Amino acid sequence: MSLRGKTAIVGIHEYESRFAPTASVNQIKAECLREALEDAGLTKDDLDGVCTAGDGGSVMDLCEYLDVHPKYVDSTQTGGSSFVVHIAHAAAQIAEGRCSVVATMYGSMAKSTARAIGTGGGGLFAAFPEQFEGGVHGTTTVGSYAQTARRHMAEYGTTSEHLAAIAVSTRKWAAMNPFAVMRDPITVEDVMNSRMVSDPLHLLDCCLQTDGGGCVIITSAERARDLKKKPVYILGAGEAVGHHEAGLRDLTTMAAYRSGREAFQMAGVQHKDIKLAMVYDSFTITVLVTLENLGFCPKGEGGRFVSDGKIEPGGSLPLNTDGGGLSSNHPGMRGIFTMMEATRQVRGERGEAQVPNCDLAVAHGTGGGISARHGTGTLILSNRV
Amino acid sequence: MTTQQPQQPQQPQPYKKPLPVLEPETRPFWEAAARREYMLKRCSSCKQFHYPPQNVCPHCLSSNTVWIRGSGYGKVYSYTITYQGGGPGYAEEVPFVLGIIELDEGVRVWSNVVGIDPKEVKVGMVVEAVFENVAGQGIAIPRFRPRPQKKA
Repeated sequence: MSLRGKTAIVGIHEYESRFAPTASVNQIKAECLREALEDAGLTKDDLDGVCTAGDGGSVMDLCEYLDVHPKYVDSTQTGGSSFVVHIAHAAAQIAEGRCSVVATMYGSMAKSTARAIGTGGGGLFAAFPEQFEGGVHGTTTVGSYAQTARRHMAEYGTTSEHLAAIAVSTRKWAAMNPFAVMRDPITVEDVMNSRMVSDPLHLLDCCLQTDGGGCVIITSAERARDLKKKPVYILGAGEAVGHHEAGLRDLTTMAAYRSGREAFQMAGVQHKDIKLAMVYDSFTITVLVTLENLGFCPKGEGGRFVSDGKIEPGGSLPLNTDGGGLSSNHPGMRGIFTMMEATRQVRGERGEAQVPNCDLAVAHGTGGGISARHGTGTLILSNRV
Repeated sequence: MTTQQPQQPQQPQPYKKPLPVLEPETRPFWEAAARREYMLKRCSSCKQFHYPPQNVCPHCLSSNTVWIRGSGYGKVYSYTITYQGGGPGYAEEVPFVLGIIELDEGVRVWSNVVGIDPKEVKVGMVVEAVFENVAGQGIAIPRFRPRPQKKA
């Protein structure tokens, strides 16, 4: 049985504030659920599946905070991709008839608690297996991603200008998102001249650090048709894990290669028909290698692919139209935001930033470190089955 | 009358960087480093090396894995020059190089590239292991430095 078109996203809510020092993580999740239920035209009593990962404790803690008794829970933890993977799992559960309305929620106060996510390093990584991937050698999150960037440059001639093109385009989209943290235009030179954090990644190659969160609710395609908003059907879903591969890893091949292939095969759609790519952008290099691994361009050609304007407003493959993690928000784990923006675009709710005729979108999450262990989740979303 | 202070023995510089958590499965790697040996795990069943070192071979799931003294030679597969962060001991020493070394045995291992201006490091550069002993711990931290090339 294929999951194609059996379920749909029916409710979403993105926490608007990027700095919420007086909130709590579960408060952010609960408020996003409340608003997403309202968006869908559902109530708390309809909810029979609960998923979460990351900050705020276990899924049990969240059920208590919400006072709900779901039939189905999922706390799969694949870093920032977790929420996309939750939706892929929930789609199967709903298609099987085991539950009907499932929500995945994320909340984080990464900004207010001033966690050094990107550059912290140190004692957190001194146990196995991190002690064998730079944990006692001064590794950082950005330093781990920089390994892939350097290797890509050495193998394929990719340049810092190529990476900068992603940051510049993303900022153009952010200018049309009133909630985005960074909205002033930037140039390739601005990115190149921003201070180096972990060579070859500059400050403007790195995502922001904010508070925030969100909620995505799905149900069966049948039930979705009677709800408040137009259903955003899940045509394809895939998940995958990448790792050191016993020490033989090719750094420019990532798990997205497998999760993307699964999702595209299930959906039965072609890359040329995709109108929007929402691709997790922890760093500019994350986007470049993900686009290659998802099959939007051949391996090694990502630099040229992102540099000709096609990912910008008016281009043929609009990318990260909410301003992404690079310019809108990045509360630690960003996978859920790729689904929320894809949903808004497929519904046609994005006003000035609306992608014309956005009937087919990819939402892709990446979690962990792309040069080490990482998880990916890929969804193909459409306004029709 | 003043009492003479007992002369303090020369203390080695305290090691401020994070130390590996020593667990039975991996302790031999860090202890061998104190003997200037870069140890690798190899499977006696499928004959392949793997990294990180595990008791169970990730290739064939055999438990017949043994420690082999590696050459300590390799070349830079990738690297970054860290300008910000890196945690205790490292953050104070920026810029420093964190890299991935492809050893002659085939596996790609994570470490630092030292003994060279960070800006001179290149992908493909030939390197060899060096070991920094950690006082009082019986272990050392392996790093890599450019390997002097014989003249042709």
